[in-house]
This record gives sequence, structure tokens and C-alpha cells, in this order.
Amino acid sequence: MEHYLSLFVRSVFIENMALSFFLGMCTFLAISKKVQAAMGLGIAVIVVLVVTVPANYMIFKYLLTEGALVWTGIDGMEKVDLSFLGLLSYIGVIAAIVQIMEMFLDKYVPVLYSALGVFLPLITVNCAILGAALFMVERDYDLAESTVYGLGAGFGWALAIVALAGIREKLKYSDVPDGLQGLGITFITVGLMSLGFMSFGGIDL
Amino acid sequence: MSNKMREILLRPVFNENPIALQILGICSALAVTSSLKVTSVMCICLIVVAAVSSMLVSLIRNQIPGSIRIIVQMTVIASVVILVDQVLKAVAYDISKQLSVFVGLIITNCIVMGRAEGFAMKNPPIDSFLDGLGNGLGYSVILLALAFVRELFGSGTLYGFDVPNGMLLLPPSAFFLIGLFIWGLRAWKKSQVEAPDFKIAANTPKGETA
Repeated sequence: MEHYLSLFVRSVFIENMALSFFLGMCTFLAISKKVQAAMGLGIAVIVVLVVTVPANYMIFKYLLTEGALVWTGIDGMEKVDLSFLGLLSYIGVIAAIVQIMEMFLDKYVPVLYSALGVFLPLITVNCAILGAALFMVERDYDLAESTVYGLGAGFGWALAIVALAGIREKLKYSDVPDGLQGLGITFITVGLMSLGFMSFGGIDL
Repeated sequence: MSNKMREILLRPVFNENPIALQILGICSALAVTSSLKVTSVMCICLIVVAAVSSMLVSLIRNQIPGSIRIIVQMTVIASVVILVDQVLKAVAYDISKQLSVFVGLIITNCIVMGRAEGFAMKNPPIDSFLDGLGNGLGYSVILLALAFVRELFGSGTLYGFDVPNGMLLLPPSAFFLIGLFIWGLRAWKKSQVEAPDFKIAANTPKGETA
């Protein structure tokens, strides 16, 4: 249990997806003008990550990695290594799951659908989602670990975007030099936030 | 080379820079720029992927049904990225290890996707190829500039004086540098300045009510 807790805390704070790996930056900067929108997107990212990271783990473990196809019982399958198809399958799985989730929410949980609606398609091209799948493979997580990692990574990303949106809402009343207006000052702000998050770096759990 | 082609190729470099103006493809811009060598490899990969996938998408643009175009584009891009990734692993294994997941993340790099969707779907293959190339170059200009500053001041010397500033090798400095770079670019090209959401009103002198 402690192991999972420490993995969770590490993926939220120390290895924050947005502020220390810079993943999902495009949406991070584009949809952070209002706290409410940022919150919706953050929740959508958490949900999608919790579902897709374990799903991609299953794909990797039982279809792609070397010797994964032994369960089919066909001769010579121990030597088949399809891991070069990884990128293509992960992105396919992500796109499919996002699509299914959108239809499911539309039919059964319309309230949540109308809250997340516009953000769901955006998430397919959010690099935080694909990045989490790739990190999961690179670090050899098992099924439980990858679920916890998905949750933590999503939570950390959501935390970062909501915090940034809060700062930007305050910031729009301040007098910023012309050239820095908008995008420029946002970058500087994110830099300062990232500096703040680095202070978690020394924590060893 | 005709004027139109030159225009397609060069416009994204400064006037419509994908990173500074369109906020596309920033993830990798920050993560891989602490060393110039790694950055150059990343830039080459991105230029190849952007140009080739734009051209391929443009070649089949009349056959793609509208409703599934995103998936088709993604498949094309992912295939090109897999090729690049495999070549990189075969030719420069050490660098591909340093780039870790970021080569794979070219798939979700919004520059590639954005150009496929926004330009290649409507234009012939050669123009699309040039457009992909131009956007790749625009991306590379910023990345190389960042990596130059970060590696030079982060670990190098200048005029024989030792000026290591470890902070520049840390992730946050990339944000500051891009922010300053955007400031510089917008001071030069005024039309890119964003209008403020609010204007600060002048002080109301004493004795008057607003």
C-alpha cells in the first residue's frame, strides 16, 4: 500500500506531468484563461488517464512485447516482438477510448457530458495522455502501478492547470508590457510555477 | 522557386511562427533543449515528420472521408514517426535514449497535426510538403536558439570567464527564455501583440468622483 501511495505522491508533485515534463502544454496554455474551464478539462484528463494507462498496459503486455503472444498457443510466438507498433496502437487505443467514453457519457451521464463535452476530443491529441502511456512502458509498471500512475499523473496535471488558471484570472488586471501581453507573461508565470514545483524534487519517499 | 512557394516556405519561420504565435508544439520545445546536440536531432526528426506526413496526407486528401479524417491523419503521422524512431534507434542509439519518449510524442505534436488538418487537407502535395518543411523550420529556429542559450550559459564559458549558471539547465528556465523570446519577436513584429483584456483607467484626481 505504501508503495502505491508513494508512487501517487511522486507522480502528482515530483514528476508533475505539466510542470516538470512539459506534457500537454498546448492545451495547458490554451485552456487556462478561466478556472471553470480549466477544472472541466482537468477532470476529463484524470478520467481519461485512469482508463487509458491500464488499457495500454494490457495491450503492451498481452499483444506487443516480446513473447506476449504465447497465450495464442501458435508455434513460434515466443519470438514475435511487435513493440515497434507501440506508438500506433497506443494512440489508436486512446482515440478509441475517448470516442467510446464520449458516446457513453452522452447516453448515460448527460450532465457530465455537457460539462466535459468540448474538452473530450481535445484530449486525444493531448501529449500528457500518450506521454503517460510511454512512461508506463519505459518504467515497467505493472497493472496496479499503472492505474495509480494514471490517476496521479492526471491529478497532477489538473492541479497545475487549475492553479495556472487562477493566477491568470488575477493577472488580467495587471499592467503588463505590450510585447509580453498574453502568451509571453503566461510563459513566465508557468516558469515560476515550475520553479516552485521543483522544490518537491528533493523529497524522497 | 516561385514567389508563392517561397512565401509558403518562409512565412511560418518568423511571421507565423508555430511556437511563438500559434502556441503549437510546445511540449518538446521545453523538454529537449538543454543540449544543442540532442535538440538538433529532435529538430531534424520533426522537420522530416512534418514535411513527409503533410505530403502524404495531401496525396490522399480526396480519398479521406470527412468524418474519420482525424484518425486517418493520425495513422499516417504515427507511421512516419515509427519509421523515424526506428531509424534513430539504429543510427544514433545514445541520442534516442536521451530523447526518451519525446520522439514518440511527435505524434501528438500539434504542429504536425495542425498542418495536416489546416493546410494539407486543402492543398496539393508539393505545397503541403513545403508548408510542413517551413513549420518544421520555424519550430527549429526557436528550439535551436533556446538550446544555444541554455547550453552555453548553463554549462559553458564565455571570454574565458567561467560563467556556469546551473539554473539554465533546469526546466523552468526554458519557460523564461521562451517568454523573453516571444517578447523580443513581438517587439520586432508589432502586429503579433495581443490586446489586453482590461485597460487600466487613469487615476481619478482628488476631489472628483469617478
